[in-house]
Amino acid sequence: MKKIEAIIKPFKLEEVKDALAEQGLAGMTVTEVKGFGRQKGHTEVYRGSEYTVDFLPKIKLEIVVGDDQVEAASKAIIASAKTGKIGDGKVFVLPVEQATRIRTDETGEEAV
Amino acid sequence: MQIINIWHAVSYRPVGQIRTDRAFHQGHPTNAEKTMKTMINPIKRSLLLWLFLIVPLAGFTPGLMAQEEGESGEPKTEAPKEEAEPTQLEKYQELVTAEGDDAEAFPFFTTSMLWTVMAAALVFIMHLGFSTLEVGLTRSKNTVNILFKNLFIISIGLITYALFGFNTHYPGDFGGWFSWGGMIGDLNAEGGSTFSYGGLDLCMTGFGDFIFQAMFAATAATIVSGAVAERVKLSSFLIFATLLVGVAYPVVGSWHWGGGVLAGIDFKDFAGSAVVHAFGGFAALGCVLILGPRKGKYDKDGKAKPIPGHNLPLATIGVLLLWFGWYGFNGGSVLSANPGPLGLVFTTTSLAAAAGAISASLISWIVFSKPDLSMGLNGALAGLVGITANADIVLPGSSIIIGLVAGGIVVFSVIALDKAGIDDPVGAISVHGTCGIWGILAAYFFQIEGSGVILASQIKGIALVGGAAFVFSIVVFGAIKAIMGVRVSEEEEVAGLDISEHGQEAYPEFTASTDH
Repeated sequence: MKKIEAIIKPFKLEEVKDALAEQGLAGMTVTEVKGFGRQKGHTEVYRGSEYTVDFLPKIKLEIVVGDDQVEAASKAIIASAKTGKIGDGKVFVLPVEQATRIRTDETGEEAV
Repeated sequence: MQIINIWHAVSYRPVGQIRTDRAFHQGHPTNAEKTMKTMINPIKRSLLLWLFLIVPLAGFTPGLMAQEEGESGEPKTEAPKEEAEPTQLEKYQELVTAEGDDAEAFPFFTTSMLWTVMAAALVFIMHLGFSTLEVGLTRSKNTVNILFKNLFIISIGLITYALFGFNTHYPGDFGGWFSWGGMIGDLNAEGGSTFSYGGLDLCMTGFGDFIFQAMFAATAATIVSGAVAERVKLSSFLIFATLLVGVAYPVVGSWHWGGGVLAGIDFKDFAGSAVVHAFGGFAALGCVLILGPRKGKYDKDGKAKPIPGHNLPLATIGVLLLWFGWYGFNGGSVLSANPGPLGLVFTTTSLAAAAGAISASLISWIVFSKPDLSMGLNGALAGLVGITANADIVLPGSSIIIGLVAGGIVVFSVIALDKAGIDDPVGAISVHGTCGIWGILAAYFFQIEGSGVILASQIKGIALVGGAAFVFSIVVFGAIKAIMGVRVSEEEEVAGLDISEHGQEAYPEFTASTDH
């Protein structure tokens, strides 16, 4: 099992979710985060004082999949989240030691 | 028994939770479906219960009312029935003839009084405007504190004005500096509710006079609450605000409207650009100098860092509510339903506000390269403050110019104060202080010919009123600082006054996204 963590632009969430659903992956966890990489922030002005906003709003998407689905899922996320402009985000793949479905106590790949 | 079951059913099983994801259920009945089944019986039972309560009550009440009417239909005394109950028309005619020689003015008197009390209500709603504006331009961690201060100010303002403010404000022609008054009694007594009370210049009853002016008193103090927001200690502020609205406002106001030292020099301040707005603005300035800026407002080089407000929709609601209330503030200051001045004042007030909003927005666009909503909002208020001294003696064209200039003044004043190290979260000092001065001077420069405004008197008046407010703040707030401190600790300021001073959050379901 692997966990895919993707940082994507917020307005891409629906597209990514649909792309993953096409792969048969219907479960995920989503958090609203802030961050930056090479995409610089922007300057704002409030009542005469300028300030730079470095952190930009992003969506972090976390999905745990079986080893056989990692490749397909990652490709789906990358393809649907890509705009070609700076700030598109990143996809990370992490190993998962164990997973359990709370309701049924299933473990392992069946829990995913 | 039945009632307990109903309560249990209603409180523990939410009806609306319909699960749409069918795949999850795989044929099992949803929680909602199970809930609906068990709730039908209690619903039926509760319906029956209400029917049994409502139908008898509905049948019973008309019976009750019929009974009362029956009683009042009978004569009140058991005296001989030759004295018939006066008709409604006769009762009205009694009211009119009670005016004596003023009977002819009764319709105008009643209309004016009606307008006065409505204007008082409009001025009251300005407190809601101040509350939402201040909340919108400050951080959410201080919202409860700001609302609490605003609620307190209107409350203590009304009470102190009744206890001693009104009679201190209007001791009668005394030409002096200080004349302490007592509590208001029955203002309807001794000709207080007749046209003779004030004639055309004050066409209302004594109570109408009181309540209209009482609403003004609290608006002066609430100007300060915006400037000291986010770092002032609550108890210190409440003490200061009580003294400001209870003592300083009536005394300073009495110099002009109460027949005091300014009365003899023809100082023109129609609705209070000086005695309300500049008074509040300069009191705020004094307090802010004693209090210091918010933590994090200025970096170590002294450069201002912006601390954005957390809710611009609320700020906008606040300003438009204030604009709305200002129709009572200026309109009511006509002090009667005199159609000529009333129409003029409504017009000049509106045009000045509009012009102020436009000019402040445009100037902020030019100076900051993007139009700033909060500046536009301040601009509308600046225009309103600017017209408050002179709304009844300027023509519409002049009112537009007054508003345009006020909008410009407020933008540059905000920038200047910020640069000078004076932290004013809502721009209160700029809107009310600086533009209050402008309004007083504009009364001279834009007066309709024959209005009799003298430049020297205007300067004297604004200097006296603004200076007095400033000195009062420095002295009193300074004394409070020496005795009990006026500022919360750094930890309390960072955590937010809501948690520190009130143990409450304004938005308990939301976590702060940043700590600033």
